[in-house]
Amino acid sequence: MSARPRQRKPGLPRRLVHVVLILFALVFLLLFLVLPLATVFVEAFRQGVLPYLSAIREPEALAAIRLTLLVAVIAVPLNVVFGLAAAWAMTRFEFRGKALLGALIDLPFSVSPVISGLVYVLLFGAQGWFGPWLDAHGVKIIFAVPGLVLATVFITLPFVARELIPLMQAQGSEEEEAARVLGAGGWQMFFRVTLPNIRWALLYGVLLCNARAMGEFGAVSVVSGHIRGLTTTMPLEVEMRYNEYDYVGAFAVASLLALLALVTLGVKTLLEWRYRGELAAHAPGGH
Amino acid sequence: MRRRVLPGFGLSLGYALAYLGLIVLLPLAALAWKASGIGPHGLVRLLSAPRTLAALRLSIGGAVVAALFNVAIGLLVGWVLVRYRFPGRRLLDALVDLPFALPTAVAGIALSTLYSPNGWVGAFLEPFGIKVAYTRLGVFVAMVFVGFPFVVRTLQPVLASLEREVEEAAESLGARRWQTFFRVILPMLAPTLLTGFALAMARAVGEYGSVIFIAGNIPMHSEIAPLLIVQKLEEFDYAGAAALGAAMLLLSFVLLILVALLQRWSNRWAEVSQ
Amino acid sequence: MTLELFRLNRRFAGFHALNDVSLAIAPGEFVALLGPSGSGKTTLLRILAGLDYPDSGAALKDGEDFLATPARERRVGMVFQHYALFRHLTVVENIAFGLRVRPWRQRPSRAKIHERVDRLLARVQLEGLGGRYPSQLSGGQRQRVALARALAVEPDLLLLDEPFGALDAQVRVALRRWLRELHEELRLTTVFVTHDQEEALELADRVVVMNRGRIEQVGSPEVIYQQPATPFVCEFIGKVNRFAVRRTSVGWAAGGWMPEGDPWEGRFAGAVAYVRPEQLRLAVPATEPAWEARLRHIYLAGSIAHLELHVPSLDQVLEVDVASEDLSRLGLQPGMDLRLAPRSAVLFAQDPAGATLEHERWIWHERDRVHA
Repeated sequence: MSARPRQRKPGLPRRLVHVVLILFALVFLLLFLVLPLATVFVEAFRQGVLPYLSAIREPEALAAIRLTLLVAVIAVPLNVVFGLAAAWAMTRFEFRGKALLGALIDLPFSVSPVISGLVYVLLFGAQGWFGPWLDAHGVKIIFAVPGLVLATVFITLPFVARELIPLMQAQGSEEEEAARVLGAGGWQMFFRVTLPNIRWALLYGVLLCNARAMGEFGAVSVVSGHIRGLTTTMPLEVEMRYNEYDYVGAFAVASLLALLALVTLGVKTLLEWRYRGELAAHAPGGH
Repeated sequence: MRRRVLPGFGLSLGYALAYLGLIVLLPLAALAWKASGIGPHGLVRLLSAPRTLAALRLSIGGAVVAALFNVAIGLLVGWVLVRYRFPGRRLLDALVDLPFALPTAVAGIALSTLYSPNGWVGAFLEPFGIKVAYTRLGVFVAMVFVGFPFVVRTLQPVLASLEREVEEAAESLGARRWQTFFRVILPMLAPTLLTGFALAMARAVGEYGSVIFIAGNIPMHSEIAPLLIVQKLEEFDYAGAAALGAAMLLLSFVLLILVALLQRWSNRWAEVSQ
Repeated sequence: MTLELFRLNRRFAGFHALNDVSLAIAPGEFVALLGPSGSGKTTLLRILAGLDYPDSGAALKDGEDFLATPARERRVGMVFQHYALFRHLTVVENIAFGLRVRPWRQRPSRAKIHERVDRLLARVQLEGLGGRYPSQLSGGQRQRVALARALAVEPDLLLLDEPFGALDAQVRVALRRWLRELHEELRLTTVFVTHDQEEALELADRVVVMNRGRIEQVGSPEVIYQQPATPFVCEFIGKVNRFAVRRTSVGWAAGGWMPEGDPWEGRFAGAVAYVRPEQLRLAVPATEPAWEARLRHIYLAGSIAHLELHVPSLDQVLEVDVASEDLSRLGLQPGMDLRLAPRSAVLFAQDPAGATLEHERWIWHERDRVHA
């Protein structure tokens, strides 16, 4: 009997199909993802390194960076506390209206960013519910930092909760019950058992929440009033410079945000790769 | 009520509800209240204005078309990433999330520059008479960009868990490769594809940042509904803005419910009866 | 349909899944591929189904090259280990699938398909469940749907991969009988893979015992059980006691037991002997050579009792199976001393280094000697 070569394993036509499909996917990803990213950096450095550096050192740019960090530093911890509370309630207890609560948590994902800003204008703006009262007491929310924070909190509200809920659901409450039986107090149980079990998922949620908080445009654009140096976050600064035909300036600030996105993607991939088992199998994040 | 073993029910649920109430429900109530302020006649007049209609049609129609496109291309990319092994696969996989991570304003100016007549891609398309930037095609491109990861990311785990045995069974029963794909694989993926479609569409309907830079924002042609809301606000027409916002929300919820029904139907085989 | 396999080889990365496997299968035969996991039995089945290809070797079906035929043209019915039912199709649609994907010209008419599906539903006793989805069926029902789906294309070879592996014990036994009856009715050439020796011995006309990519023995269940060809077959099929035997000046001996004769005529000095628990005789008269043993435990398992006896001269515990009713007849109690000897044994010679020689087999019976 002669040896038979493996001629009929995935045949030539089938392998050709593989190659064509891979090429198709590559071309699409290149055109739609890689090129826009490359454009940001190429345009930012179009006139060289010095104009780039001076563009990001302008006082307005520095003020925008500071404001963006400030907004994120307030919004992210707020949503972390909310995410922990919501996930604890949703995964450790049975109560009526749980599904409704879950839907409410996801709601900001299906609301247009512009509407997310709009609702706060309607609430706190000059013609809003609390507008006259706030005016009389000299408190400014819309066209000021509190409005930016509120809009950002609304937009990024689901991120941490959505990361924690499926994981804590899957983990179950046995370990916490064991801790209780062994005599742990509520906070002891939380810090010694719950938190260590969800730390990577929490970090993952914080990462996504932060990226979104720093990059949000539509919602903050509506409540900001575009007061240069006072209420313009980095994305708004990008818009203003772009509309003033200061392309190098716009792309210079944009490149910082793109860098943040790349770092976020890198750490996210690292987390997924290293701690796959300790992250929930999750659906993609929203807006 | 049964005594609870674990502590913190009142605290966590109370805090979550209060937070949601303040951050989400109260503002949405304000939206509903303001929107109802213009009265039925005002609402009809607002929604039947040609400019409003054109903007709504563009936002919703564009979102549906872009989501359909994303389902097709997302299926392809998801398939390639799950089924084939090739150098650079991990990098590509990580890159799929770029539209999630890249701020929309950055994506907007980058796409706008790239597809403008003297941009890298725009210059290439110009000789063929294809204009992307400052047209509806531009709106479509931006909507595809922001919705793209949803389909791929919902699809990947499902694709990975499809048993090879099922495909082999189809093959041993005499099915050709394309028959296996259309009769076995695609129907099994249908519920997932619909989920991806709904997510991509919901995202694109309300999209603002990445679209306004590339759209050109020509009234009646390439002006999206969220932009119209912003303009009404700038004209201090709060009631009009609120009404338009409420209408948009309502429309996208109706669409999402329709997709959910379709999805339930396409997933009927997964329900265990008896 | 006659199937002949010649010297099939299949290597996976660093692992020889099939090593020179040759086998002939006669028309209408019911063949079991039996072996532990990693023995190559599933690889062989997948090659028959056209889902895998050997690196070398040939397969002929009625004298024609079988490997050249792609999976979907082989007229092979395959029942997958986890059934691989199409979740999104009803039972009827699952069964009709193989008919509906045929090219237009060969596709039976709607009415014909309908009729055949109805007949198959009756055959697998699932009438009235045709509209269900697989998720709405029990394990045994799913298995029968998978079988009906495989039979719908009228295969001339039926392949089953661990057909009862995913079922619970009771359903398993019932389906086993039912499959055997079905085979007697259809006389369809059938090959199935199993790691369960009981299943293989009960169902098959012929059992192919595989180990590490090689065929260890092919034979009827009786031959496999009573005349195991290799030490592996001895140990894999059924329970067995294993002990060392040495050649002394007066012949072969192990403790007090001395099998008479020597088929090797003095060529070997050591051997390993295998004796099944039911082939050990208790209460041997003092006139015959036997082991002195002490009964340690009695495990009653329904109609059979398993006894554990310690034999000081072998410095080993032997297991003996007796009918439960013999316990009282012989007055067996833990702690008793008994005389014990085999009725039959299988011996394999060992070379001076102590390695077992698979081809030097001696099947010993009380009073008569058989040299195979």
